[in-house]
Amino acid sequence: MTTTETQVETMTFAEAIRAALTEAMEADERVFVLGEDIGVYGGAFGVTTGMLDRFGEERIRDTPIAEEAIMGAAVGAALCGMRPVAEMQFSDFTAHAMDQLVNQAAKVYFMLGGAVSVPLVVRLPFGSGTGAAAQHSQSQEAWYAHTPGLKVVMPSNPADAKGLLHAAIRDPNPVVFMEHKLLYRTASGPVPKGDGVIPLGVAAVPREGGDLTIVATGIMVSRALTAAEELAAAGIEATVVDPRTLKPLDDATILERVRATGRALLVQEAPRTAGFMAEVAARISESDTLYYLLAPVRRLSGLDAPIPYNPDLEKASVPQVPDIVQAGRALVEES
Amino acid sequence: MVATLAQSKDDARRVLATMWAIRRFEEAVDEMFARGLLYGTMHLSIGQEASATGACLALRDDDVITSTHRGHGHCIAKGADLGRMMAELLARDTGYCRGRGGSMHIADVTKGNLGANGIVAGGIPIAVGAGLAHKLQGTDKVALSFFGDGATSEGAFHESVNLAAIWDLPVVFVCENNHYGMSMSVEEVSRLERVADRAAGYGIPGGTVDGNDVQAVYEATAEAVAHARAGRGPTLIEAVTYRWKGHSKSDQNLYRTREEIESWRERDPIDRFEQAVLEAETLTEAEVQQVRDQARDAVRDAVRVGQTGPPSSTDLLGAVYAPSEVDALTVTGDGAPAPAAEAAPGPVAASAGARGEAEAP
Repeated sequence: MTTTETQVETMTFAEAIRAALTEAMEADERVFVLGEDIGVYGGAFGVTTGMLDRFGEERIRDTPIAEEAIMGAAVGAALCGMRPVAEMQFSDFTAHAMDQLVNQAAKVYFMLGGAVSVPLVVRLPFGSGTGAAAQHSQSQEAWYAHTPGLKVVMPSNPADAKGLLHAAIRDPNPVVFMEHKLLYRTASGPVPKGDGVIPLGVAAVPREGGDLTIVATGIMVSRALTAAEELAAAGIEATVVDPRTLKPLDDATILERVRATGRALLVQEAPRTAGFMAEVAARISESDTLYYLLAPVRRLSGLDAPIPYNPDLEKASVPQVPDIVQAGRALVEES
Repeated sequence: MVATLAQSKDDARRVLATMWAIRRFEEAVDEMFARGLLYGTMHLSIGQEASATGACLALRDDDVITSTHRGHGHCIAKGADLGRMMAELLARDTGYCRGRGGSMHIADVTKGNLGANGIVAGGIPIAVGAGLAHKLQGTDKVALSFFGDGATSEGAFHESVNLAAIWDLPVVFVCENNHYGMSMSVEEVSRLERVADRAAGYGIPGGTVDGNDVQAVYEATAEAVAHARAGRGPTLIEAVTYRWKGHSKSDQNLYRTREEIESWRERDPIDRFEQAVLEAETLTEAEVQQVRDQARDAVRDAVRVGQTGPPSSTDLLGAVYAPSEVDALTVTGDGAPAPAAEAAPGPVAASAGARGEAEAP
């Protein structure tokens, strides 16, 4: 780190991602973006707004509605010296592109004996809360984290989004970059200027408290922080851990923070069964952190059901702030 | 009048040497498998040597290909080392994939072969991406994708050909129509008379050639390559051929007759080309025999070299991710195999990619 004064500007999550893409494209001509409606339209969520004018249609490539070809073209371009950033319009649409992501991108380096790697970033707008129903609202991070060869990044705030996207683009491996749709416009915060990298595999601890440790991902981080304030008003102090990258996973930080409080509340939006927090729970139980627990590990997850359209039901299907407050309070009071 | 391949001494030797290398390599593989010396499964392309040879002959060394599960021929025709191929089949650390890939994943990125592929149609979108990279990099390199008739039923085929068409990418799609996708005949899976008829659906040129005629495959590919290199976009070539052997080792040939197989053996692409060479008096029978003998000896050497290689490295977890300077945690291993890949003409060697990290501004 240099000692020069770090300049900071306030931007939204979407603006932070756009800033990272812009800086990366300016610094490295190998970087280009391809996806559906990312040009004139600016992307379904406006992330690439204005980038077509700046970089032209060769490097901001609008594609047909053909996710497998988008992903495959990105894999092939990555194999031949480019640094593609592919946008799936919705995370759900990777179902169309899974062969290229899972069978090709993820396995090439291993399968070819390390002769060549696939420096590819796949940007995935994901998550519920927009009324888009079951095929446009999923949180599929466990699919990707379960695939050797992929790295999985899930930022929770604008500064992390920018620094982690810079890292993802510079990484020589395929990186799945998951952007919760509700964060694009609602999350706003200070973001360092410049193309500084936040390394993959380093968890953040945005809040410290001695009574319980909440591990949360994506949009659940801000909900956990809000819940922690409410818990504090009730005399319960929570540590909040944001893994930021699910693979590689900084489990050392998670385990250390859980040992310090003796209580673990794991919060994810994705469905419960075989979800990412099941992995976190397993790592706690497999380690000597188990002996520090004052109460069983508790998970808060989305229901094992597709996301419904009805707004009340949609809200009820994934953890909300009151759910986290209630679970945190119960965890402390029962032990 | 341009001389045909059979009329030029150098071309005739080169074509014969490649086709015989493929034939002898696969015969050796077939025999070794039967003797229990090889693990897993194999997809042999015996009978299809002309399409791999003719198509690759139309490419430059720095052009790239993607291949299929039936990929030994493509690999050899693009210039792979037989010893490293055999070492891979024998699961040795000296194999192209360090014994991690096997028959279905042999690649030689230094020769522009981006790899065989275990997924039907899996290489087609990758070739389109390679073509896109060539275009963005301002080179005139071409990407050629081999696939079978079975692959044309996959969505990946349609999405990819269309994408290459609308972006005028330098890609040549070569469908080796060997009549069967495992057991399903091409007539059963399509209403079209010819696979090449699909080209019209994407607004690109397409044509069907006798895939057992190396001259015809070469000419069609050369035309498509010139078209692509000139920035005029992709072409779909259908090379009609036939695989003499079963789909894989489990095939009992229940879906076709002995007579049908025999009729195609009579259309042996190697025999046809030899006849043309002898009729043109380009090479003597003794010279042809010399090429055959050299191919036999080269394959014997490859088996010997392959068998002497050390077993695969056991560091599997270190083999999953390329080293990264922006990753604080991921474990990586010893990287590239012993015969380190030199700077590749097209694809970026993994180690070079990793070095690039340090240079990134």
